[in-house]
Amino acid sequence: MADLKTNLLGFSMNSPIIGASGTVGYGVEYEELADFSKIGGISGKGLTLHGQYGNKGERLWETPSGLINSIGLQNPGVQHFIDVELNEMLELKQKYGTVAIANLGGHSEEEYVEGAAMLSESGVDIVELNISCPNVKVGGMAYGVKAEAAGEVVRMVRDACKKPLMVKLSPQAENIPEMCKAVEAAGADAISLTNTFQACAIDLEKRKPVFNNIFAGLSGPAVRPIALRMVWQAVGAVNIPVVGLGGIATGRDALEFIMAGATAVQVGAANFANPRAMETIAEEMAAWMDAHGVKTLEEIRGCARNAE
Amino acid sequence: MRAACCEATVLRHEVIADDIRLLRVLWPDRDHAPHAGQFFTLRAWGADEAPFLSRPISVHKWEPETQTVEFLYQVIGEGTHKLAALKEGDSFQLTGPMGNGFDVESLTKTYKKFAVVGGGIGTAPMYQVARELAAAGCKPDVFFGFRDKPYCMEEYRSIANLVKVSTDTGAVGFHGFVTQLYDPADYDAVLVCGPTVMMKNAARLCAEKHTPCFVSLEKKMACGIGACLGCTCETKSGEGKSVCKNGPVFDATEVF
Repeated sequence: MADLKTNLLGFSMNSPIIGASGTVGYGVEYEELADFSKIGGISGKGLTLHGQYGNKGERLWETPSGLINSIGLQNPGVQHFIDVELNEMLELKQKYGTVAIANLGGHSEEEYVEGAAMLSESGVDIVELNISCPNVKVGGMAYGVKAEAAGEVVRMVRDACKKPLMVKLSPQAENIPEMCKAVEAAGADAISLTNTFQACAIDLEKRKPVFNNIFAGLSGPAVRPIALRMVWQAVGAVNIPVVGLGGIATGRDALEFIMAGATAVQVGAANFANPRAMETIAEEMAAWMDAHGVKTLEEIRGCARNAE
Repeated sequence: MRAACCEATVLRHEVIADDIRLLRVLWPDRDHAPHAGQFFTLRAWGADEAPFLSRPISVHKWEPETQTVEFLYQVIGEGTHKLAALKEGDSFQLTGPMGNGFDVESLTKTYKKFAVVGGGIGTAPMYQVARELAAAGCKPDVFFGFRDKPYCMEEYRSIANLVKVSTDTGAVGFHGFVTQLYDPADYDAVLVCGPTVMMKNAARLCAEKHTPCFVSLEKKMACGIGACLGCTCETKSGEGKSVCKNGPVFDATEVF
């Protein structure tokens, strides 16, 4: 039987499957629906220092093989997370071994730094720095486009945060390899990509954009080949672990990312189509590995790059 | 109790009206029994097929003895068209029960005289509501509004004191709004599900007579369990609440 155990930043995970931020709440929501013993970690809903309501108006829109969302980082704030939701994540960790990842967004460098400093003192395992949310007008995304701006905010957060730091990149980055290098140089311990792709939809009956912000974030299988290309570029650009995500819905999808060199993968929108998507993907990965005589992920991680 | 995800089997699928279907299924999970006002998400197509999201549909009737759940739904878009193709013996992905529903046990401790108010396909969950109220010794008065032709009204006789119908066209019953059929002052509580504009009206009329009013909201949702925050509604206090998890049933004064 194939062994899916994965080491990410010193944490031994059940599998390389991590629940992607924004799609699995703080994990507990899915506890009775999914087999957590097959899940490596949970990245909680994106936090901001003070918490916020999120966006008004339409928040969800289905597209071919995908979903556009405009949630706008609705969250209870870092302190509430530390007091309440983090404890739930740590209980899950105790029961099933799922690594607890706090996803942190921000509206300014000061907010990022203060939030990161608070999380640094908490029981969270890994901080995933979200410099890529397309759904908040100020900040977030702004840092996700320019490598220089990203490097700057990562450096400030690095100084304030002792926890392992994974930086989540936007596909809107001007240049993925340069962005990855800037983030690595600034002290990131790992990179995750991609966040959602900036997208748009128009309501014909109303003759206006579906979303109040006009643009929103597309995820789901529609973006997967592009996300895979960016993960390939990221792996080639840096020496730190790369966690791949973007439309992964099957074991084969996940294995593509692993063969491109990803250390682990995240599963997001697929959880909506099948609440058991994460465990199903892990099972399908193991089945493929068994059928091909592959015992561990190390044997195939990055193997597709040999042709490079 | 959180939701479960099962393969459910279709026992019967009836055409009730042009665009209205009654789907009766075997729900295999004995540990997760639904109650009035809760819903399931239904998916009669693959995880990799359109539409991307499963469809949330309320419980019309739940029979614990036979583990069967009935969904009364309207065929509107791609998802419900695919559901409508389900045939007896087919199985499909059913996840739930979800949401808070109407807490009949606690409601009947506080209130005795109920008006159950529904509009269009919003009448669907009110059947289970009326059944549970009747079982708790509080047979409600039922007031339903339809555009033209009422449907699924026969079974209310044994579980309601009174059934009154209004239609927009005047084809059947009272020609006008459902909210004109009753005076909230006559009731301890009014339970409502229907189009938003109708629920807002019902809530306003209840507020004028100081009658508690509970409404069941509807929103597009992705996860159905409070994880994605796609179905957040803004409460009067400015706080965001998930229709799927904190609702779909809310005290009307909280949301309107």
